[in-house]
Amino acid sequence: MQAGNLVLLLIALGAVFYFFGWRRSYAVSAPLGGVRHLHSLPGYYASLAAVWCVLPALALLAFWLMIDDAVIRTNLMASLPSSIQPQSQVDHELLLNQIRNVAGGALNPAFVPAEVAAAAEQLNAMQAKNQLMLNIAFISIAVLGGVWGWSRVQPRLRARQQVESVMKWLLMASAMVAILTTLGIVLSVLFESIRFFQKVSPVEFLFGLQWSPQIALRPDQVGATGAFGAVPLFAGTLLISFIAMCVAVPVGLMSAIYLAEYAHKNVRAWAKPILEILAGVPTVVYGFFAALTVAPAIRGLGESMGLTVASESALAAGLVMGIMIIPFISSLADDVITAVPRAMRDGSLALGATQSETIKRVVIPAALPGIMGGILLAVSRAIGETMIVVMAAGLAANLTANPLEAVTTITVQIVTLLVGDQEFDSAKTLAAFALGLMLFIVTLALNVIALKIVRKYREQYE
Amino acid sequence: METAQNLTDTARTIPAARMAQEPEAMNQKIPYPEQTIGKPLCDDPKMSMRNVNVFYGDSQAIYDVSLDIGKNQVIALIGPSGCGKSTFLRCMNRMNDTIDICKVKGSFMLEQDNIYDPKLDVVELRARVGMVFQKPNPFPKSIYENVAYGPRLHGLANKKFELDEIVENSLRKAGLWDEVKDRLDQPGTGLSGGQQQRLCIARSIAVSPEVVLMDEPCSALDPIATAKIEELIDELSSQYTIAIVTHSMQQAARVSHRTAYFHLGRLIEVNDTNTVFTAPEHALTEAYITGRFG
Repeated sequence: MQAGNLVLLLIALGAVFYFFGWRRSYAVSAPLGGVRHLHSLPGYYASLAAVWCVLPALALLAFWLMIDDAVIRTNLMASLPSSIQPQSQVDHELLLNQIRNVAGGALNPAFVPAEVAAAAEQLNAMQAKNQLMLNIAFISIAVLGGVWGWSRVQPRLRARQQVESVMKWLLMASAMVAILTTLGIVLSVLFESIRFFQKVSPVEFLFGLQWSPQIALRPDQVGATGAFGAVPLFAGTLLISFIAMCVAVPVGLMSAIYLAEYAHKNVRAWAKPILEILAGVPTVVYGFFAALTVAPAIRGLGESMGLTVASESALAAGLVMGIMIIPFISSLADDVITAVPRAMRDGSLALGATQSETIKRVVIPAALPGIMGGILLAVSRAIGETMIVVMAAGLAANLTANPLEAVTTITVQIVTLLVGDQEFDSAKTLAAFALGLMLFIVTLALNVIALKIVRKYREQYE
Repeated sequence: METAQNLTDTARTIPAARMAQEPEAMNQKIPYPEQTIGKPLCDDPKMSMRNVNVFYGDSQAIYDVSLDIGKNQVIALIGPSGCGKSTFLRCMNRMNDTIDICKVKGSFMLEQDNIYDPKLDVVELRARVGMVFQKPNPFPKSIYENVAYGPRLHGLANKKFELDEIVENSLRKAGLWDEVKDRLDQPGTGLSGGQQQRLCIARSIAVSPEVVLMDEPCSALDPIATAKIEELIDELSSQYTIAIVTHSMQQAARVSHRTAYFHLGRLIEVNDTNTVFTAPEHALTEAYITGRFG
């Protein structure tokens, strides 16, 4: 049986032991005069029996799957006749692959030496045996555990506490999944970056003004020396994010103020969801909107005014990215503006302020920390955004502040460095990890600052 | 549906709106008087209200109330929760405008001006009729900025020193100057509850209003802070006309010249404070001040 089937079987067994645990808890409570004489409710006893059935078996399965491959391989290699014993590590891997392919039926046994074919048969036999042993061990552990859990159902057993502590560990394990994944990503990016920095010095990477990651694949190749100065990428990223924020902050803030303070309830009821739909549009759609509609429009407009505009301009990408970010800012700002207590507004209105004076002098200052937090979150979103800039901003690493020229960003370069056939130990591909690390550090810092500001804001009114 | 939702929202914040939704909630065995007992009108009124009816949506919160408030007089509005006294107070500087479903009928005069005249500027009205709220609500700004807020809005000071003077005077009048003069730049929200409330009073008298409305100004304060505010009200009454809503009958007796008793949206009895508390004429008033309900 495959592991998936085993898990399904286990669920069924767990349900069976739940049922028996339930029955037994009623049975042991009957002589005492009912369920209320038990320490816990029947559901807890039943859950405890099911837990005893499921958890040990799952632990066994996980442990088994972790080691069985290595055990089989070691045994197989030890059993090979000395005539085909591999000499080196590479030969070892090759032979193993050959045996596996024959065993799996991908390779005709007629094409390989007889010893290998024999080893393949042996491998099949070992795997079948392994599977059988696993099935037996798994099912017996599950049943034994379940019976043990079932037999423990006694009126004095503190099943409630035990089940709850199992639940607590389960919740903690779920939380750990997210944390460990993050840690894993950071570490993998970090190690690859360290390999990159062994080839290219961090000083050149951080302060170099030239970005041209094409390096020579062969010694006789001409011209492609490779330059890994990331400053043009940082500049391009900042330029596009800046343009995006110039669009998103005023529009987002003003729409939030309108929705929170002026809009009639009915208007708000349909305008807010529509604004939030904007956040749900896939960024690739924004990307071709930018590349096919906005960029040509900007170029046409620029040319009619006598300006030279690149067909892929920072302005087009920035504008569309700004539109994408509007709902972030407006919905966060709307929340903090609505959270300003009514007493503040009343206090200001009672002093003879108009509604707009109240908004300008009391509501916005009171909501400012929250608004700042929202803006910083939006900035980190803008810096990390990929699809729009890939499609609309271009690939040329120009170091320029002119929004009408093509620029490129960190994310765009990561995509281009990793797309296509690559060797994963060249400076070119490793550069992507170094860029990723930079991006991670910047957005992490922005998020931390944003969270700090938002938290400080929370303390103000509580 | 929409109105019902509005009504529930409003009811959460305004007791009279809540009571208007369920008017049978209180003891109604004692009949209402045909018209208000005592002396609701006076000779030299600062504000005079006639035949006031207030509605929240379809339900009525105030029924045909007529009342005068004399110049430099303190009038206390008392009555059980939800009797409409706060609603009535909020109508006097049109703070109820901010509630969509609130409809006000009847005439409100501030000396010669009709408060509900569409041509009247509500900004100017609120500069003349200030308000202090139940819960101290200083802005999250410095103490100085809190007091300077109103004068800045209305352009009362051209120079920095003029503004300083207004701030100092207002804080002095509110009896807060000595406690805060060394930390004017610190946030007003950092003061104690009683100090915050006096800051709010200073803030509202900084624009030199003619009338100050106080909506249970001491209900969130401890007895010592309450005593300070009461003293302050007494001092302020020489310059300002004050209407105060209170749940404490002792407070009404201590600070006010006249007392008006509201019951379920009706103005039952108005008289000199002494008379109301020593010789109430109507049975409802007597029941309330002797503590039989409320």
